[in-house]
Amino acid sequence: MGIWTSYRLRWQRKRWRARALRKGRELKAVTDRTGQIAPDDILLFCTFRNEDVRLPFFFDYYRKLGINHFLMIDNGSEDAGRAFAMQQPDVSVWSTDAPYGEARYGVDWLTYLQGKYADGHWALTVDVDEFFVYPFCDTRPIRALADWLDASEVRSFGAMLLDMYPKGPVGQTSYTRGNDPFETASWFDPGNYVMSQNKLLKNLWIQGGPRARSFFASKPKQAPALNKIPFVKWRKPYAYVSSTHMMLPRGLNLVYDQQGGEKTSGILLHAKFLNTFGDRATEEAQRGEHYQKGREYQTYAERHGADPDLWCQWSEQYINWRQLEVLGLMSKGNWA
Amino acid sequence: MTLGVIMLVHTGFDRAEQMVRHWSDAGCPVVVHVDSNVPKNAFDAFSSALGDVSNVRFCARRRCEWGTWGLVAASQEAATLLLDEFPEVAHAFLASGTCLPLRPIAELKRYLNAHPDTDFIESATTADVPWTVGGLDRERFTLRFPFAWKKHRRLFDGFVKLQQAVGLRRGVPDGIVPHMGSQWWCLTRQTLDAILQDPKRPVYDAYFRKVWIPDESYYQTLTRLHSRKVESKSLTLAKFDYQGKPHIFFDDHLELLSRSGSFVARKIWRDADLLYQTFPLRDDPARAWEEPNSSTVDRVFSRAVDRRTRGRPGLYMQSRYPSADRQNGIAAAPYAVLHGLDDVFTGFQAWLTKQTGAEVHGHLFARDHAHFADESEVYRGGLSDNARLRDYNGRMFLTNLIWNGRDQHHCFQFGPADSQDIRWTLAKDTNASIWVVSGAWAIPLFASGRSASEVRAEAARLQHIEDKFLKVLRSPDAHARIKIMTLAEFIEAPMDVLQTIIDEIAGHRGNAIKEVPQMPDLTGLPDFLQDLKNQGMHPFLTGDVTTGYSQQRAIPRKKPYVISGK
Repeated sequence: MGIWTSYRLRWQRKRWRARALRKGRELKAVTDRTGQIAPDDILLFCTFRNEDVRLPFFFDYYRKLGINHFLMIDNGSEDAGRAFAMQQPDVSVWSTDAPYGEARYGVDWLTYLQGKYADGHWALTVDVDEFFVYPFCDTRPIRALADWLDASEVRSFGAMLLDMYPKGPVGQTSYTRGNDPFETASWFDPGNYVMSQNKLLKNLWIQGGPRARSFFASKPKQAPALNKIPFVKWRKPYAYVSSTHMMLPRGLNLVYDQQGGEKTSGILLHAKFLNTFGDRATEEAQRGEHYQKGREYQTYAERHGADPDLWCQWSEQYINWRQLEVLGLMSKGNWA
Repeated sequence: MTLGVIMLVHTGFDRAEQMVRHWSDAGCPVVVHVDSNVPKNAFDAFSSALGDVSNVRFCARRRCEWGTWGLVAASQEAATLLLDEFPEVAHAFLASGTCLPLRPIAELKRYLNAHPDTDFIESATTADVPWTVGGLDRERFTLRFPFAWKKHRRLFDGFVKLQQAVGLRRGVPDGIVPHMGSQWWCLTRQTLDAILQDPKRPVYDAYFRKVWIPDESYYQTLTRLHSRKVESKSLTLAKFDYQGKPHIFFDDHLELLSRSGSFVARKIWRDADLLYQTFPLRDDPARAWEEPNSSTVDRVFSRAVDRRTRGRPGLYMQSRYPSADRQNGIAAAPYAVLHGLDDVFTGFQAWLTKQTGAEVHGHLFARDHAHFADESEVYRGGLSDNARLRDYNGRMFLTNLIWNGRDQHHCFQFGPADSQDIRWTLAKDTNASIWVVSGAWAIPLFASGRSASEVRAEAARLQHIEDKFLKVLRSPDAHARIKIMTLAEFIEAPMDVLQTIIDEIAGHRGNAIKEVPQMPDLTGLPDFLQDLKNQGMHPFLTGDVTTGYSQQRAIPRKKPYVISGK
């Protein structure tokens, strides 16, 4: 890489870090249990808003995976979600009413907390509707993955976002608090993802799946990005650039092999399309706080009155990670 | 006579303690070497935890950095102490804190008693062994390595390059032939003693001090000088990945490990509680004399290396994205592109499906939408027929289609009226067979009944696009299997070409053509083409069509035979 590019990216990274420090002042610690964090604990970072209905299963799922401590940012919830999170023994909660959009969709807040607490830890950064799946996750805890990545001297781990949906209109499902969302939203698109390489930051830009197929067929460029790098051995100078899609320094974005081999990778199962989706799409479209002023949500709201049926005859029903491996959505790579 | 153990420990002291107890409970004296990097309080806690075990000794501590002499020095230190302190020891076994005995230690002792004079050490000459990291095999022994690979990678690489450039070499001491192998060995007292007491040891030590990764070559080389009988294999099951890093065993490897029949395995994950509870297994007379057999384990781990280095051809995904010049085939399986054939024959797609049983698509890259074989809106894998979505990344539309349906042979129609962005991908893909009948677009124009002056512009446009495609196919970068015929050539003997196409698509399942595809009546085509010429639009891609073609019958197929090339 040229000296100029290197210099430019360095300053970009420093700018994101400085911005995060400034935006970090918007956060107020509500429940601070960070004193419990042990030196090699695995941490989870998450921003949420009005997710009371999803939080119980979320905590359950990630506790079973072996997350040691949750660092949660509540962005002005009006439901009981914050109170619920505060009661959890392994959760620290920050709160802010500042606009989500102006904190780069929460990334600034997360970068601030990561800089402060995650240095030297493996950190998983996810949304409340994203569920991390990696090779052998049914028999090996996330600590095993972290130890293996350490032994292999790998610093970042990619996991593509996989949109999960029910069979039939989304609005007709009924998700109740504490349930596994993938009991109903158990279907996914197995083989329609396209990708290209970001020349500057080196990350892959992946699009496709049911959203591209149903909502963005006539404007594919706007289809949501599905590439994610959620699991990182954090160092203070690191910063996410746009959601968890890409990072700086850009070497962290090379979670793929360019010589024909397969690196080890996982999947983030995306439990977006449940009956909670319709109201959410309408609300977020009006709020306009999301990426590109919530254009994605506007498209949903316009297209189907927010009650789409994403299922098609080639949809696959989710079984386990091995199925995703065989389909070629994720890879065991060198991990056996 | 008994077995003594040398154990190298630098971390994971609770597990190391557990391992020391396994060995000592089985009556094996243990000499432990702890890395001098370990803080004093951690070392004290570890040694006092083992205070109740009578046959354990701690030797002088050295700094053990990966790939350096320290590891050899540590094992020399420990081996000397072991042989001095425990005169009953007949075999010495080198292990680490993460080496877990799988079979009862009594079985290992029995095995060694049955081979009292044998040294078990993997040892091969560098000329014969390809497993090395960083491309250094022979040069490990002929260059100097004063810099640590892990800490000072640039200095290490720079100094290697400098020596290679200058041609700096050093000689191997007289009398030894460099050998390499797994660093985990089990040597007889006699051999080990001979290595340690050798009068030339200072010479050898000075030499190996500057060899790279000496712990994989010091004993492996010197054993060859002193041993009565070398069995070139390690009794420790240890697998390495493509970068030379050891694979780690987890709880779900239990079945694999217990079936391997190996005596000892490494590395075991520190939290693999199930493995630590299960192993060593209890005595089982049925298995007592079984030879270790790690072929299943080998298979599993070599598959992993293969996946990491070669991957699944034709798959493009989040962690496999080969750059264009790093691969031969682009798609996952062979497929056929049929250019112009469906203009010549009506109902060609249905006919070809019937003849071959292949998945025959219409114009996948048509401007209106993708015409899948079943004319559905969504095809295998969830591929949409939407043209904009397809053209957004046409190349991956194609690779996805083939990957999702790689159990079938795919064929699709292509022509100058289609979206053309895909042409370089097709031309470069070694998996593509491209059959072109150039100028075939003239037939639908002719059959439309419109006059030459009406279709002149359209004909010129199609010819121009097709000509560009042909230029791509004729470029030196085109690696697909390509067959280009003019319309005139084709209609002279269409059945021969069709038979070849079918044979290629259907392979051995191909049948002789029973039913001939429908061709429109071409009487008048030459005149039509002449009219185009008269209009100033020269249809040069059609070739010289002189006679109108009317229906031809299937040729009876002869028995195939091979014509010798002589």
